[in-house]
Amino acid sequence: MVAATLHRLDDARVWRVLAEVCDPELPFLSVVDLGIVREVSLTGGVVRITPTYSGCPAAEVIGLAIANKLAEAGMNLRVETQLSPAWTTDWITEKGRETLLAHGIAPPPAASTDKHTLFADPPAVACPCCGSMDTERVSAFGATACKAMHRCLSCSEPFEAFKCL
Amino acid sequence: MADHLFEYTLRLGDNCLILGQRLAEWTGHAPILEEDLALGNLGLDLLGQARAFLTYAGKVEGKGRSEDDLAFLRDAHAFRNVSLVEQPNGDFGQTMARHLLFAGWYSLVLERLTQSQDSTLAAVAEKGVKEIAYHWRHAAEWTIRLGDGTDESHRRMQSGLHQVWGYTPELFRMDETDTAMLRAGVGADLAALQPAWDARIDAVLVEASLERPSSVTRSNGKQGVHSEHLGHMLSEMQFLQRAYPGMEW
Ligand SMILES: [Zn+2]
Repeated sequence: MVAATLHRLDDARVWRVLAEVCDPELPFLSVVDLGIVREVSLTGGVVRITPTYSGCPAAEVIGLAIANKLAEAGMNLRVETQLSPAWTTDWITEKGRETLLAHGIAPPPAASTDKHTLFADPPAVACPCCGSMDTERVSAFGATACKAMHRCLSCSEPFEAFKCL
Repeated sequence: MADHLFEYTLRLGDNCLILGQRLAEWTGHAPILEEDLALGNLGLDLLGQARAFLTYAGKVEGKGRSEDDLAFLRDAHAFRNVSLVEQPNGDFGQTMARHLLFAGWYSLVLERLTQSQDSTLAAVAEKGVKEIAYHWRHAAEWTIRLGDGTDESHRRMQSGLHQVWGYTPELFRMDETDTAMLRAGVGADLAALQPAWDARIDAVLVEASLERPSSVTRSNGKQGVHSEHLGHMLSEMQFLQRAYPGMEW
């Protein structure tokens, strides 16, 4: 029975279902666009995901949400967590970056861990409201593990920025 | 060998758990809202790493103990964290001093562990090293800001540093477990990290106009010899599981 169900499945269908599951802390961003789905293996009967931050309280909820959504769609797949290679913000898709921006959250500066040295300024982040690069970081830590707090010096709007990892 | 790996993983997990709990004590008490969030976030990173290490420690031990069993059902003497992390928060300056010294060391340890022959430790380290880079920078920035700030902030930062400095020799002292893990290609050479740690700490202290203390305390937290502070902290942290064993929500 399980084999028969799997037989009719194809990767694309699974990915379409995954694209409907969102991170509860970013309820407009799908797990696919967040870049946490590492692998869909129909032969292995498994979907592998990588956690974003070690202490992300949403990690377990996301795993559960994925499993539930797959089950609802009649797809009998296990959800497994894979730690390595570690997730990086570089894996957020282009569509994911646009979605973040559309929701007023500055996407992480492309390609890179925030490796700036101790005494250097953090990389500039564009204001999601007016696009100005004249912004400053208020705090490296925000309401959730993935976001920092910034403020725009051109339009004065405070905003959240996705932390580089 | 498995005993050493269990012990080693427990040390890593307990450092994170105990310091994470200490940082969480700041919730609602930090000097400014941004710091309340920051300290909570720093604690959460550490708690996440603690969960990964303790889950793995339970697996290595093979007696069916879960991360929760290890966190909530051990007495103080069974904890293997270095004494530095159980030291009380003191004022904000002292908390930052403790974090500076710890994150400066822990990030170096994690860097080494990314090359560990143990694939689980390497994977947790690979994730953790990026997170702790933020911790190091945060603590360093505050140390400089307070050290090089007003007379009052300078005095407090210097005194906070004096309070915790004595516990740092333990960070670099190798014992039987550390040596066995180093030989197996699993653990880090702690003694070899000292020059790099000295250099980065000194650079911050100079920038902050702070004096490098010279006090030394013989601490043995990682062998299970703890100060009374740990017991008090555990009585609060473990209260619920002690009062209502097996309680879940
Ligand atoms: Zn703006």
